Amino acid sequence: MNANPKPGVARLKFRKLDIMNGRVDLSHGSGGRAMAQLIAGIFHEAFANEWLAQGNDQSVFGVPAGRMAMTTDAYVVSPLFFPGGDIGSLSVHGTINDLAMSGARPLYLSASFILEEGFPLADLQRVAQSMGEASRAAGVPVITGDTKVVERGKADGVFISTAGVGLVPAGLDLSGDRARPGDAVIVSGSMGDHGVAIMSCRQNLEFETRIISDSAALHELTAAMVEACGPSLRLMRDPTRGGLAATLNEIAQQSQAGIRIEESAIPVKPEVAAACELLGLDPLHVANEGKLVVFAAPEAAQKLLAVMRAHPLGRDAAIIGSVVEDSHHFVQMTTGFGGGRIVDWLSGEQLPRIC
Amino acid sequence: MKYVDEYRDGKLARAIAATIAAEVRPELSYRFMEFCGGHTHAISRYGIEDLLPANVRMIHGPGCPVCVLPVGRIDDAIKLARRRDITLCTYGDLMRVPGSQGSSLLKAKAAGADIRMVYSTLDAVRIAQAEPGRNVVFFAIGFETTTPPTAMAILAAQKKGLSNFFIFCNHVLTPAAIQNILESPDVRALGNVRIDGFVGPAHVSTVIGTRPYHAFAEEFEKPVVIAGFEPLDVMQAILMLVRQVNSGRHEVENQYIRAVTVDGNLKAQDFVAQVFEPRDSFEWRGLGMVPNSALRLREAYARYDAEKVFAIETVQAEDNPACECGAILRGVKKPADCKLFGTLCTPETPMGSCMVSSEGSCAAHWTYGRFRDYARQETQRHEFEQKAAS
Repeated sequence: MNANPKPGVARLKFRKLDIMNGRVDLSHGSGGRAMAQLIAGIFHEAFANEWLAQGNDQSVFGVPAGRMAMTTDAYVVSPLFFPGGDIGSLSVHGTINDLAMSGARPLYLSASFILEEGFPLADLQRVAQSMGEASRAAGVPVITGDTKVVERGKADGVFISTAGVGLVPAGLDLSGDRARPGDAVIVSGSMGDHGVAIMSCRQNLEFETRIISDSAALHELTAAMVEACGPSLRLMRDPTRGGLAATLNEIAQQSQAGIRIEESAIPVKPEVAAACELLGLDPLHVANEGKLVVFAAPEAAQKLLAVMRAHPLGRDAAIIGSVVEDSHHFVQMTTGFGGGRIVDWLSGEQLPRIC
Repeated sequence: MKYVDEYRDGKLARAIAATIAAEVRPELSYRFMEFCGGHTHAISRYGIEDLLPANVRMIHGPGCPVCVLPVGRIDDAIKLARRRDITLCTYGDLMRVPGSQGSSLLKAKAAGADIRMVYSTLDAVRIAQAEPGRNVVFFAIGFETTTPPTAMAILAAQKKGLSNFFIFCNHVLTPAAIQNILESPDVRALGNVRIDGFVGPAHVSTVIGTRPYHAFAEEFEKPVVIAGFEPLDVMQAILMLVRQVNSGRHEVENQYIRAVTVDGNLKAQDFVAQVFEPRDSFEWRGLGMVPNSALRLREAYARYDAEKVFAIETVQAEDNPACECGAILRGVKKPADCKLFGTLCTPETPMGSCMVSSEGSCAAHWTYGRFRDYARQETQRHEFEQKAAS
């Protein structure tokens, strides 16, 4: 909690929550005293900032001149806690990353919680504190929020929705339709870590692996990229659900171009490759939560690569291919074996509730 | 990745490709069928076609167990799953397979049926044990590779004394289907396609061994090379087939010696023989009725047989009449020759057997190889324009 809280709800005295043994019940969503107690005891404590401490239904902040980016995302990952993260940190990283992909500097987040009756308060606190830590580490506070409770069986523990706003640097215009033939395609690191980490702890699929989710906030990496090569950047995107394959196909469609990549240039950790082999998955279809793909003018590619590799979250960055003219907008890959193939969208659902 | 990357080595692939190119006779054309979906997938995923000379063509056979499951049996499974007392356990790749009138297990699940995806037959046994109030039916499909685990599940249920575990048996047999490709009445109707040799099944052969193919190779005078599912395995098998054709041999050769023996897995064969017996005939989607091509539970295990316990009577359902799967599975046509391919029939909305699973020949071609159709069209148009100009 804020060491010196301002006047507001957080200052009101309530009976302490029984976090060790307590569970969410319907009264926690009723608008009454129990709800205020839950908000003060768990969320205000975890997020601790001056805006929340004011206890209003909204937060008011100054708006700088220029352009802003706004995004929203819902998180339903199962299980809630996984190697390398949990639904709380994921809900902060994912929304920050959606802002960062526009080149924006993320400013503020909001968070809504849909809680299932019976959800242990200890788990809720763990999730909220993980969110708080992630947002403090990123320097992007959660400044407003909401809580609803639904009956047992109508949700699965907790669902979180976060929204974010950010400030776009002047003159920067990144968009999925800006890829042009000749552009370099660069990924910031290994593909498929998040999806495999989640799969490794799914019920009835448990297997031992050292893989942890790559869940991370990428805005500092993108800030460095924008600063060094801003005018040469065409677009950035984080390959989450559907993996790199889905992202490249989206870009090919939006930009009305083809993309050619080299399988041997795409970083995939051996453990991830092995797990995918075992489960019959293609690492290019598996979700990431701390990686990005950037398209840039060819002459800037080497400089951009060096900037990315200088950042801890871009250490394994690699140029994987380039944009080509193609009226069919195919993403084509030269396989490590030497033949060619399409890298298509994933058909159907590979793994529900990955994020 | 050790023991995997070695079989996907690009340098070795180029070396084998060069040998194949050097050994094929330019005046001959070589048409080989890979029976298994696993081979089809490897050929498409690794772009093996690009490494073969123009006169070596691979024909993708019917060896994908999901693809060949007839619509009527999917309808049966959906009917079972809709019963309130039944929990249907299935492998995930059956969920999207369309039954008749646009139905599927996925849609039935969304409408409230208790359908659970499992990764092993024993998961289904565990569910039956944990939920004694439910009738748990395992939707058993597959070739000889997946039959032993189903037998094991029945024996496990028997040992545990479970009275709420059942098998909906759709296991099919490989050798009968390969034979059917060459001699069924449909082949005569669809036209006779010359097949010069077969890339024989990998995993199936680990169970049944190499012996069952000998009579076939001899009777039809076709070489068979049993091959692993890695791309180098396939390349090497193609080279071995080219050599057999060149020297006029029709033998059963084993490329997959690291896993396949002459006799196969005798213990697995015993389990299967204990629990299952052949059916007189069974419908294969895309091939029609194929004699002696499937298994059912023996009378001694009738209490585990969902077909008997829940009185299933399969109604044969027709595929879209424009569907060319029958001709594609026999190599008479290619996926792009079908009017439905890529228009009405895609991996998201499969109409015929070849599109329903990623191992089907149309799905593999659509997902990995369809750029070649456009490349071919463009080359043809270019040639036409050049001719017209001159």
